[in-house]
Amino acid sequence: MALRELLFEHGDRDLTQIGEYRAVGGYESLRTAFGMERDAVIEDVLNSGLKGRGGAGFPAGRKAGFIPKPGRRHAPAYLTVNADESEPGTFKDREIMLRIPHAVIEGSLMAAYGIDAGQVFIYLRGEYLKEFEVMKAALEEARAEGLVGDDILGSGWGCTIVLHRGAGAYICGEETALLESLEGNRGQPRSKPPFPAISGVYGAPTLINNVETLATYPFVIRMGGAEYAKLGVENSAGTRVFSLSGNVANGGNYELELGTPLRELIYDIGGGIPGGRQLKAVIPGGSSVPVLTAEEVDTRLDFDAMAEAGTMLGSGAVIVIDDRACMVQLGLRVAQFYLHESCGKCTPCREGTRWMVQILKKLEEGTAEQGELDLLLNVCDRILGNCLCPLGDAAAMPIASYVAKFREEYQRHIDEGGCPFGGESSLAGVLAPVDQHHAHQRAQIEVPVHELA
Amino acid sequence: MSAEAGLVPLFEAVQAIAEQYPVRRSAVMPALHLAQERHGWLPPEAIREVADALDLTPAYVQSIASFYDMYHLEPVGRHEIAVCTNISCALVGAQDVVEAFEGELGISAGETSEDGEFSLSTFECLGGCGWGTVVAVNWRYRERVSAADVPGIVGELRGGTADGT
Repeated sequence: MALRELLFEHGDRDLTQIGEYRAVGGYESLRTAFGMERDAVIEDVLNSGLKGRGGAGFPAGRKAGFIPKPGRRHAPAYLTVNADESEPGTFKDREIMLRIPHAVIEGSLMAAYGIDAGQVFIYLRGEYLKEFEVMKAALEEARAEGLVGDDILGSGWGCTIVLHRGAGAYICGEETALLESLEGNRGQPRSKPPFPAISGVYGAPTLINNVETLATYPFVIRMGGAEYAKLGVENSAGTRVFSLSGNVANGGNYELELGTPLRELIYDIGGGIPGGRQLKAVIPGGSSVPVLTAEEVDTRLDFDAMAEAGTMLGSGAVIVIDDRACMVQLGLRVAQFYLHESCGKCTPCREGTRWMVQILKKLEEGTAEQGELDLLLNVCDRILGNCLCPLGDAAAMPIASYVAKFREEYQRHIDEGGCPFGGESSLAGVLAPVDQHHAHQRAQIEVPVHELA
Repeated sequence: MSAEAGLVPLFEAVQAIAEQYPVRRSAVMPALHLAQERHGWLPPEAIREVADALDLTPAYVQSIASFYDMYHLEPVGRHEIAVCTNISCALVGAQDVVEAFEGELGISAGETSEDGEFSLSTFECLGGCGWGTVVAVNWRYRERVSAADVPGIVGELRGGTADGT
């Protein structure tokens, strides 16, 4: 297998221009959808086997099916597009918005039509300024051609789209935190139930989908769900845009059929590990998922194969790590991220991530006692499943996996009273972000953790 | 500031934004972005303006502004430089890039230069992982930045345009 481009087909054309997009069949799927019953659109997506491309991998058709039917809802329904891409290693939604903004708009309109939502909110990551400008320009083009607004394409159905900029908070990629943020509150997760399908934004039924998921809608309807389902492998239908990064020759976004072996992405497409180094580990789905060792590089990039290997496809972010990296430093850097991004609402996450960072620091500095390695695992265990949202789990799962799969390396930090890499690890000295709000007084929070090596 | 020539007063601009949402409070984030654009940061005066425009209390607006990394409750430099130091960039030398900026600007990450020209920060994943190290200058991304590129970037900004592009 190699690249299999649906979304990224016609890469030679400037599809940010609505004329170009329409010239390759753009907005025709929306017209097709208008010729179908609303339920039939959702049914087709269900039949396609399309699973959410954000991270959780929930079947998109089923999710849309949870929205109460018109006439059986207590308030108007909304569609919210989760464009708050911030899972470390992930940069595919960004490229999708930059290259095919109209596919995002068209897919959003199709999903909105399917659930009969008259308003769409695109919650776009604050740091993505260029993406904001591209999406804004595309929306203006679509409005000018009567594709957004009242009576779209003479269907008698109308829909408005609001582009809403975030302001720098990883937690807002979590759906209920996103809804809180969209309502003008601090972005802290809600407890579920009620689920957003019943009580989402403004207490109304709300469908929340990832950018890539919605950008795939037009292709599903164009091909027909059954045909789309033939792409990929069982339980993992279709193509997916994988973000490849780290110690690999050709980093970038690559659209592949699900089920492609990880090895093929890293070596055949990504050009392998540069500098004559050896592969040490791969994070297959963003920093929140358990790690794979070099021996597991033949695992297939599909939901089931990853689950069997004890990890997840997550956001499709494949981070390649070569043999220069110290896995304690990796753990520390990852834990620092979750400490920084924990919203502080649930105690296990707020306190646990801090504990994790402290123990990992001691390990790296060589001052940890034997019992603290187990204490680290104990802290992970006490976070898992005990928080309102997945952020705590997302911190605990990878760290626990690093210890499990590289236990010997962790043990050496204790036995040798410090980092066996000396100062030579590729991650040596990496700073965690300072607290942006108190940078001037508290520059220390950031922590040059490895300067002691 | 909001009465500057050619600019719609913040109060009115926020009303127009608020109309897009079923509930006005949703406009607090775009309103804060706009206020920050105009003031350069969010001084108490800006927080009050946003609060007035949306019938919220200043304390509430402050609580929103303090939650997100991109709202500045203290002055920042004219050029905001954010270096991604998350895993993917870290693996390809982000730390060297940070140190090169520190050396070139004479400040540490988290600080603003005395002349008010530059703020330097290390930042969590900016989303350009395949093309690290990613550096955002006033939120315009530069990719595949190495330590060797840093003097050129700083020199360009010292002599360059206000938006850092």
